[in-house]
Amino acid sequence: MAGSNPNAKPMNLTLKVWRQKNRNTQGNIVDYQVKDISPDMSFLEMLDVLNEDLLRKGEEPVAFDHDCREGICGSCNLFINGRAHGPESGTTTCQLHMRKFSDGDTITIEPWRAAAFPVNKDLSVDRSAFDRIIQAGGYVSINTGGTPDANEIPVPKEIADRAFEAATCIGCGACVASCKNASAMLFVSAKVSQLALLPQGHVERKTRVENMVAQMDIEGFGACTNIGSCAAECPVGISLENIAILNQEFLLAKATSNNLA
Amino acid sequence: MFPDSKLPEGPLAEKWDKHKFNVKLVNPANKRKYDIIVVGTGLAGASAAASLAELGYNVKAFTFHDSPRRAHSIAAQGGINAAKNYQNDGDSVFRLFYDTVKGGDYRAREANVYRLAQVSVNIIDQCVAQGVPFAREYGGLLANRSFGGAQVSRTFYARGQTGQQLLLGAYSALSRQVAYGKVKLYTRSEMLDVVVVDGQARGIITRNLISGEIEQHAAHAVVLATGGYGNVFYLSTNAMYCNVTAAWRAHKRGAYFANPCFTQIHPTCIPVSGDYQSKLTLMSESLRNDGRVWVPKTVEIAERIRKGEIKASDIAEDDRDYFLERKYPAFGNLVPRDVASRNAKQMCDEGRGVGSTGLAVYLDFADIIKRTGAEAVSQKYGNLFDMYAKITDENPYQQPMRIYPAVHYTMGGLWVDYNLQTTIPGLYATGECNFSDHGANRLGASALMQGLADGYFVIPYTIGDYLAQTPPKPVTTDHPAFQQTEADVRARVQKLMSINGTRTPDDFHKHLGNLMWEYCGMARNEKGLRYAKAEIQKLRKEFWSDLKLTGTENELNQALEKAGRVADFIELGELMVDDALDRNESCGGHFREEYATEEGEAKRDDDNYAYVAAWQYVGENQPEILNKEELVFENVKLTQRSYK
Repeated sequence: MAGSNPNAKPMNLTLKVWRQKNRNTQGNIVDYQVKDISPDMSFLEMLDVLNEDLLRKGEEPVAFDHDCREGICGSCNLFINGRAHGPESGTTTCQLHMRKFSDGDTITIEPWRAAAFPVNKDLSVDRSAFDRIIQAGGYVSINTGGTPDANEIPVPKEIADRAFEAATCIGCGACVASCKNASAMLFVSAKVSQLALLPQGHVERKTRVENMVAQMDIEGFGACTNIGSCAAECPVGISLENIAILNQEFLLAKATSNNLA
Repeated sequence: MFPDSKLPEGPLAEKWDKHKFNVKLVNPANKRKYDIIVVGTGLAGASAAASLAELGYNVKAFTFHDSPRRAHSIAAQGGINAAKNYQNDGDSVFRLFYDTVKGGDYRAREANVYRLAQVSVNIIDQCVAQGVPFAREYGGLLANRSFGGAQVSRTFYARGQTGQQLLLGAYSALSRQVAYGKVKLYTRSEMLDVVVVDGQARGIITRNLISGEIEQHAAHAVVLATGGYGNVFYLSTNAMYCNVTAAWRAHKRGAYFANPCFTQIHPTCIPVSGDYQSKLTLMSESLRNDGRVWVPKTVEIAERIRKGEIKASDIAEDDRDYFLERKYPAFGNLVPRDVASRNAKQMCDEGRGVGSTGLAVYLDFADIIKRTGAEAVSQKYGNLFDMYAKITDENPYQQPMRIYPAVHYTMGGLWVDYNLQTTIPGLYATGECNFSDHGANRLGASALMQGLADGYFVIPYTIGDYLAQTPPKPVTTDHPAFQQTEADVRARVQKLMSINGTRTPDDFHKHLGNLMWEYCGMARNEKGLRYAKAEIQKLRKEFWSDLKLTGTENELNQALEKAGRVADFIELGELMVDDALDRNESCGGHFREEYATEEGEAKRDDDNYAYVAAWQYVGENQPEILNKEELVFENVKLTQRSYK
């Protein structure tokens, strides 16, 4: 249809999909065939086709997380052919299109695998550990009202841009899923460095990094060994530089800690 | 008699201050004795939950997402308006007020809109203090850009991800209160009903989406911040989970639903490419700052484009019709959304649409790329261009974008008074799920403004007025209304599970969406609306006799979730049609073909339709009662909107 390659033919594919009833049961890979998949479909629209087909046949559709389908909400989280969000770099699962695959392909689809992200069902996992890390300190402690005029806090453009880059993390968890240690360092560092870069975050910079790192450890994420697969697989290009900033902030905080707890 | 909208007396500029003084306060020590439920954690919900908790109230916040940060506010692209006048270009609170009332085609309340413009400046201060990384100039101060329907630059932005940054700001404030124990957060919990005790909202019934458990939650007041209902059209720019269920359940318990037919069709979306399509993707309105909208001058050239014989860049300048610049020289490509959308449709109806379907117009960046270079354009719009390329497999730096209007926002919603209280005492509605500020058409960059205004700066004041009149005794779920409402919810879930028919929830949803888009979409007429009403009624019967579900209700069952939402969309769809039929005029996003000016613009009928249509549910299979709230304009003159 419109756009893309008008010569692209519909595809038939074999899907190997992780099925797991709930957190307390074991899962396994189940094979499915999908037919007449348009190359212009998104990956999730291809799964919609599978699910409609399963439902009509009286079988249970495959549970998976998704929502905005614009690459920004961070809900979608499929491990496709061994890669977080699939074969295309800098792309969430919902923005991956079937034109990246070929007729006759076999595609393996698994959930994120990390102890801190237990499986809810099939491909849906529980990422509430990320929320708890933010609750540990990923904010500036101000109440509504009583704030100064916005232009009373000038921020150099380069700093604001770098803070913005860090702040674009969508919290999908691809970094954790891609890391051999299931470390959440890239996620945590993105928030730490956004707020460490901006003057608004300076007041609490020490307690923030200590508390967030402590929570990260409590949640059972692994340590960082500087491999960098997290940044390589991040769909929104969060840079490894953030981990360097986090380490620096953490050392500084520990060396001069005012976190008395 | 129509419920009191509680609009304050006195001059426009003093109303809000006076009202804040007149409302009752809850003393600081008593606030901790009150529990408030907030449903939804987007901009309106997260900001309300955080701000109320900061004041000392005990808040329970609910979201059906796995995290509050997933709410669809996150996808808003272009920006947020505020009357800061940082650009020294003539902006003021009154101008923002005026633009919004005019942009809404004179179907919003003056007092509400003025308050919105007033608090807009506080929102920017608040967000900057939170660490929201807005775009800045080299001097370190905040940058602005312009948006449709305005002739000043008052839009604050964070590249094409303003909603994301604002939501993460509100989410951080919410997270802080969760850490303090002032907010209890319930994720993957879907509200399926509101509990009304002796005429007052006292709680909600939810379903835990992972375990399937049905739960009761009590509070002194309930705030709904559950977003809009654009997904009634199936295809829209809304996220897949956006739905009307919370608002619709409240409606069926007594909350009036206002102006349901006022839906916004956004002019710049990536066109539909196939039947499998699950959603549409917006290309931010900010692109109309620099992109020029055009179609070929003749049907012949358009046909050659549609057949793929020539490309856009092959068409000579003289053979292009920059129709918005031609028809609206004063505003050009930055006319309001409803005007831009209707004109795009008109071009396609004339046979001058492009793309293989002919349902698209061009949005062309060749001029700006020539003037400033591709690098500068990428700095400004890079993420949008990348998204376009990923979805369409075309390079917008080389060929113009193809765009077409799509459902984007719903101005209608739960009727609320000036305090944002619905017609059920103790039940409030904030953000897109209320009807209050945008009239018949919302201006770009005003949704984020309204969501945050309601949550940060309105509800924290107004809810106290109600609570101060409610004894600070603990509320529990002991009242029989909780058991009865839970039983109703259970019965409904079991009914859905037991139909055992042949059609999937998605199948019904698509069917409904087609009807709504065809007959209650960009253009409407009486005959089509009457047809749609009959078809929707048929569809509803089919739904309840032929729905197919699998699995059980005691586990994660996404098809079941969807079925419940589609059931409510079907009922809402019929009310939208009724509302569109009642309104024998055109205004803003509501375009009745019978009521147009000679130039094809929306023709209002202020003598007969300057009212808010507030629909009252009275029982299954009974026509809803229309209550009219008359709109009084003391500060703006009602004129035919002109953007020429």
